[in-house]
Amino acid sequence: MEAIYRALLEKKWMYVVSDTLTMVERNLIRYVRLPQLLIFSTIQPVMFLLLFTYVFGGAIRVTGSYIDYLLPGILVQSAVFGAIQTGVGLTEDMAKGLIDRFRSLPMARAAVLAGRTLADTMRNIFVILLMFGVGSLIGFRIGGSVSDAVLAFAILLLFGFAFSWISATIGLLVKNVETAQVAGFIWVFPLVFASSVFVPVETMPDWLRVFAEINPISVTVNAVRMLLLGYTDAAETARLAWLAVVWIVGILGVFMPLAIRLYRRAA
Amino acid sequence: MPSIQIRDIRKSFGDIEAVRGIDLTVEKGTVLGLLGPNGAGKTTLIRMLTTLMKIDSGEAWVEGLNVDTEAQAVREIIGLAGQYAAVDENLTGRENLIMVGRLYHMPMKEAQLRAADLLGHFDLTDAADRTLKTYSGGMRRRLDLAASLVNNPPVLFLDEPTTGLDPQSRIALWKIIRELVAQGTTVLLTTQYLDEADFLADRIVVIDHGKVIASGTPQELKTELGDEVLEVRIRDISRINEATAALRSIGESQSVHVDFGTQTISMTLDQGVGSLPKAIRALDVAHVEIEDLTVRRPTLDEIFLKLTGHGVRV
Repeated sequence: MEAIYRALLEKKWMYVVSDTLTMVERNLIRYVRLPQLLIFSTIQPVMFLLLFTYVFGGAIRVTGSYIDYLLPGILVQSAVFGAIQTGVGLTEDMAKGLIDRFRSLPMARAAVLAGRTLADTMRNIFVILLMFGVGSLIGFRIGGSVSDAVLAFAILLLFGFAFSWISATIGLLVKNVETAQVAGFIWVFPLVFASSVFVPVETMPDWLRVFAEINPISVTVNAVRMLLLGYTDAAETARLAWLAVVWIVGILGVFMPLAIRLYRRAA
Repeated sequence: MPSIQIRDIRKSFGDIEAVRGIDLTVEKGTVLGLLGPNGAGKTTLIRMLTTLMKIDSGEAWVEGLNVDTEAQAVREIIGLAGQYAAVDENLTGRENLIMVGRLYHMPMKEAQLRAADLLGHFDLTDAADRTLKTYSGGMRRRLDLAASLVNNPPVLFLDEPTTGLDPQSRIALWKIIRELVAQGTTVLLTTQYLDEADFLADRIVVIDHGKVIASGTPQELKTELGDEVLEVRIRDISRINEATAALRSIGESQSVHVDFGTQTISMTLDQGVGSLPKAIRALDVAHVEIEDLTVRRPTLDEIFLKLTGHGVRV
């Protein structure tokens, strides 16, 4: 770690990397010092998993077992809900004056945001692995190849990372912790529920189904689901995986520059 | 070359003009105290000088570097300690300082040494490895100030450094600031406290409504703006006229105010505290019994009243 850090300082243009690492470290220390943050961010998805498996699951018709259908959706939902914390954390830093301190330092302008979104993505690794574990305990089985599972995992993380940048943009716009908390959820809720996370979209009314089908969350859930369950139509799996990647790149392409712009101007 | 130079800078937020054309010069190794009530534009001015906020019009230089066009270079040579202790609560004191050092792109070893150094200097060594949650307000401010000194900045901006601190911590912080100045640091500090500006500043600039309304050395301003005020509370309200007459008779000042509610007479001492014995003798001769007597500095409110015709806006 030390050697890498020293090497990064050799070149001025590498400051953005070393500054980002410093910020990632700072953000991760929070989870070490306050393990309850990590525990609470996992209780919610576990509750959703149990609720849908045992309460609603019996009434939902899918091909195959419901837990196999549900878990990939819950994984995407966990990644997306985790991303909301990015905006909340940023507004906390703003309220405490930390962002002012960072902006008065000669550090790379993008590092505060990159450090936060990367740290939240790392937290998502933990949450997703834990959800995998809980899912396996209640009957989830991977049906696809190991390489497909790894690919699914990568898509999950990148999708959460992309949503972290949306969340960062919202946080920088609202500038207030409580508002960020509310504003972070209100747009995510319809996206998560009007999607294929919990139920097949075929049963929805036409107007909603159209929305649910193009919804990036559905696209990602479907891709992850096919990869994890070993869907036999390889061409369709590849198409959805690519579509998910297009969404991720598109979201990052819009919200990264937007958030960095807002950060530079944040007053 | 002056350390800080500001030429006619302005800043508006929507319809509100927060800074309405301020010119300032701060010489190297001196302290400029920016005095003014809440909302006068002090913080906005500091935020523009520390590159946190864009200047609408006008120009400013720190050590010859333009804060607008050479912002990153300015950030290398300034330190900023704020009104809100800008340190990370979840980190220890040491981790906070090392983090700042690394963001100044110091090698790890150097950042560690510098952190240990500053912790020692600010009397925080014992608390160095505890998270900030356990720190008192005074300790946080000291750490905040330490964080602003990691890069040994020649220019230091302090935005209300002691607001909300207990008297002991204030004095401790004042001492540290004085030491820094003795070593050649230029300081621009904002404050709402007259005594703070008086104690620390070589020059004071009073601002209100985004404009400079007075400036000078603390001595000049005091002579010009406000002398000590004598306040006497008398035991027997029926003797108030005799008491007032007695105080007027010492020929000090025409500004004698009577507050019947509190039975208090206040008078500005044009000649300073030296005329206190005269005042007491005059009251004694007039057989006025004194219940309480105090001499105090004019408040910021009284100075503003004198300068602007209105008190400090609440």
